[in-house]
Amino acid sequence: MKPPSRVRQMPILRVIARALVPVILLFGLYVQFHGDFGPGGGFQAGVIFAAGLIVFALTFGAETLRQVVPVVATERLMAAGVLLYGAVGVVAMFLGGEFLDYSALDPLTTGHYGQHLGIIVIELGVGIAVAATIMRVYYAFVGRRPDEDEAGAEQALDAGAGREVS
Amino acid sequence: MPPVELLLMLLLLATVIVVARLKDLFAAAMLTGIASLLAAGLFVLMDAVDVAFTEAAVGAGASTVLFLGALSLTSRREKQQERTRILPILIVVATGAALIYGTWDMPAYGDPDAVIHHHLAPELIAETENKIHIPNIVTAILASFRGYDTFGEVVVIFTAGVGVALLLGGLGLRRRDARSEEES
Repeated sequence: MKPPSRVRQMPILRVIARALVPVILLFGLYVQFHGDFGPGGGFQAGVIFAAGLIVFALTFGAETLRQVVPVVATERLMAAGVLLYGAVGVVAMFLGGEFLDYSALDPLTTGHYGQHLGIIVIELGVGIAVAATIMRVYYAFVGRRPDEDEAGAEQALDAGAGREVS
Repeated sequence: MPPVELLLMLLLLATVIVVARLKDLFAAAMLTGIASLLAAGLFVLMDAVDVAFTEAAVGAGASTVLFLGALSLTSRREKQQERTRILPILIVVATGAALIYGTWDMPAYGDPDAVIHHHLAPELIAETENKIHIPNIVTAILASFRGYDTFGEVVVIFTAGVGVALLLGGLGLRRRDARSEEES
């Protein structure tokens, strides 16, 4: 990784990142919710969304990103995504179907609506879990230094991983 | 093999050979990203758009960043090997030969008589529209027909994330978070 202190002084990188990050995040959402119709789905969307946030972190510093998405939040979202997926299966069981039988989510029609609903919700769970996992792994990498200790990690986050100079 | 695919395949081959020979780890990490992008291009040509998507996002995007993150923890150049080692080369060549030998039993690329085009695939293509009512058959198969598998995969990803968090760290990170929350 280039020394972020130098990256921070490059206006071209900063301007381009500022323009790109929202587009990447929006594209991630598009891939997430358009997965039924075009290529893509929760997994790809999660990776794209996380990649957009990582581009932000590479330009403006991991510490800045941690103010938006704290480490604890990524850990909770990882679990939340898996639980959301599982919950769809359990709800289907309560509604009289089998585990993950989405047709049971919509007992009134022949199940098409239930299939749509089930797929969208589980893809959302996949997307949340994947995005949060990649963010967490990224944090684990940037928050570490060869001489790993408490002070070292903090110093790394302040200096090495790059924080906005106040 | 069609010319475009041949070109991509040759570029991919050249890239991975350069990656294996480079001593500069930063350049090697960037080139693995390029190799993933070339592989994604090949997948698009094979009409496997969803796989290409994943390869481009994960291989060229996320894992390159993680390589760079790991690189910032170590030196930028690979240590010089004093002597060439014969045994590792032999093992790699033997494994590669076995894999290529294995592909001889596979049907030719694009062969319409291949088993995979006659078992299950026609039914899925015909019935997905009626049963699931969404146009993307890949999503229908992954999310609905094989919902159990996909659930298992998400659990695997979750487990991997938890493993990395526990091994590489982060108690310091968490404590720091708590502290900054108190401060604010």
